[in-house]
Amino acid sequence: MKTTRSTAPAPTTQDEYTVDVFTVVNGAPVQWRIDTRTTLLEALRDSSGLTGTKRGCDQGACGACTVHVDGARVLSCLMLAAQADGRQVTTVEGLVGEEGQLHPMQEAFVRHDAFQCGFCTPGQLMSAVCLLREGRAGSDAEIREYMSGNLCRCGAYDNIVAAVREAAGGGA
Amino acid sequence: MRAFVYDCPDAVDEAVASVAADPQAAFLAGGTTQLDLMKDGVWTPDRLVDISRLPLRGILVESQQLKVGALTTMEQLAAEPVVAQRLMFVREALLAGATVQLRNMATIGGNLLQRTRCRYFRDPTVSACNRRSPDSGCAAVDGVARMHAVLGVDERCIALHASDVAVPLLAVDSTVLVSGPTGQRRVPLSEFWVRADEGPSIENVLGHGDLITEIDVPLLPNGWRSGYLKVRDRASYEFALTSAAVALQMDGDMIADLRIALGGVGSVPWRAREAEEMLRGTHVDPVRFEQAGRAVMASAFTVPGTAFKVDLAVRTLSRQLLTMTEATP
Repeated sequence: MKTTRSTAPAPTTQDEYTVDVFTVVNGAPVQWRIDTRTTLLEALRDSSGLTGTKRGCDQGACGACTVHVDGARVLSCLMLAAQADGRQVTTVEGLVGEEGQLHPMQEAFVRHDAFQCGFCTPGQLMSAVCLLREGRAGSDAEIREYMSGNLCRCGAYDNIVAAVREAAGGGA
Repeated sequence: MRAFVYDCPDAVDEAVASVAADPQAAFLAGGTTQLDLMKDGVWTPDRLVDISRLPLRGILVESQQLKVGALTTMEQLAAEPVVAQRLMFVREALLAGATVQLRNMATIGGNLLQRTRCRYFRDPTVSACNRRSPDSGCAAVDGVARMHAVLGVDERCIALHASDVAVPLLAVDSTVLVSGPTGQRRVPLSEFWVRADEGPSIENVLGHGDLITEIDVPLLPNGWRSGYLKVRDRASYEFALTSAAVALQMDGDMIADLRIALGGVGSVPWRAREAEEMLRGTHVDPVRFEQAGRAVMASAFTVPGTAFKVDLAVRTLSRQLLTMTEATP
């Protein structure tokens, strides 16, 4: 596993390599003045301190960095933060309710012990929440196919499928 | 990652002019290939012109074709009902082509332009790569090759074009609409890509500043059936070792007409016209299916790591032809 240390480029004083980004993260307006190279993942973690979104492979292969942009699940490591300008971003921190109650998908993950080390869990949750909205929880095979962009190195897949199935209303 | 200036124009003309004016500038769309290559230091533009906000998103359904905006995502095209009705193999290739997260980001125009997954191309510490640096050699030919091409390649480069959806799009004779510094033009996909054995460092016919704005995809006539078979090392989320896109129209137990293209085997998505000609107007015959596959693969250039692809491609095509000829329309 790579270190989770920041790899965001150091701030530059040259304006042409800096961009101002205005976005809405978990319902709150956010402004970032950042190096043009900054990915959405880096802006969320390093500029906004939202470290729930994880840097796994940093090359679009593992899904640990999955967030929602305008309601669709995307990989924040392969998106420039500048491309999120004017968009609505939701991270795992935005799943909890106003009074801090867990999202039903989070509760299902807890009930089914759908993780071991937990590093991939935020990405799994963000994918699973979208999967339900997309209407793709019709069978275990369908859940597995449409969760295939989220790898779990601990191998908690059976319990993840069980959690998603239950959250979809398909029973435990 | 090399520092770059970021532009986000509102109009196609503005975007084209911006890239055309700067030899080190490039367009940025979904970013799923581009950001990855920039992180690896393989691709180092000084200026990125973000086209993701241009009005090139959406699908216009006409009676005989789809006009697909270049920025339409893979997920959006897969969700279009007409694609399921009249271009099933396009839908199947899209859904097998990437995860939902990638499909929500990756655009159809960008998919056609994706760079090879060759690990030597993607590693700037490897000096021998004719695709990156002309006349430097090819590390893959003597290296670990598996996800590499066997058609349209030679000892100078065995880079694979790994797209799935481009395979059925080629099979139905799709056309791209290009806006460039000198105006608009149409390019059939059959003339869009440049084979590695025709010049390893040139991937397609686009010039600097040329932008794909639309892909026109002919609909299969009513009564045709189509399907995409992808053979891979994992059940999901993996590139094709081989794949076959087949569309055909049956007349009793005779194949009245058909279209075939193969993936996972070519330096460009591979239209199998020899096989189409051998099978058009013939009865369903598995022996003939295999002969047709052998004819397509006869010109294969293999290295030890890719030799298996010849038989696998023949079997992939034979199996998909059987599935399509046995299916009920």
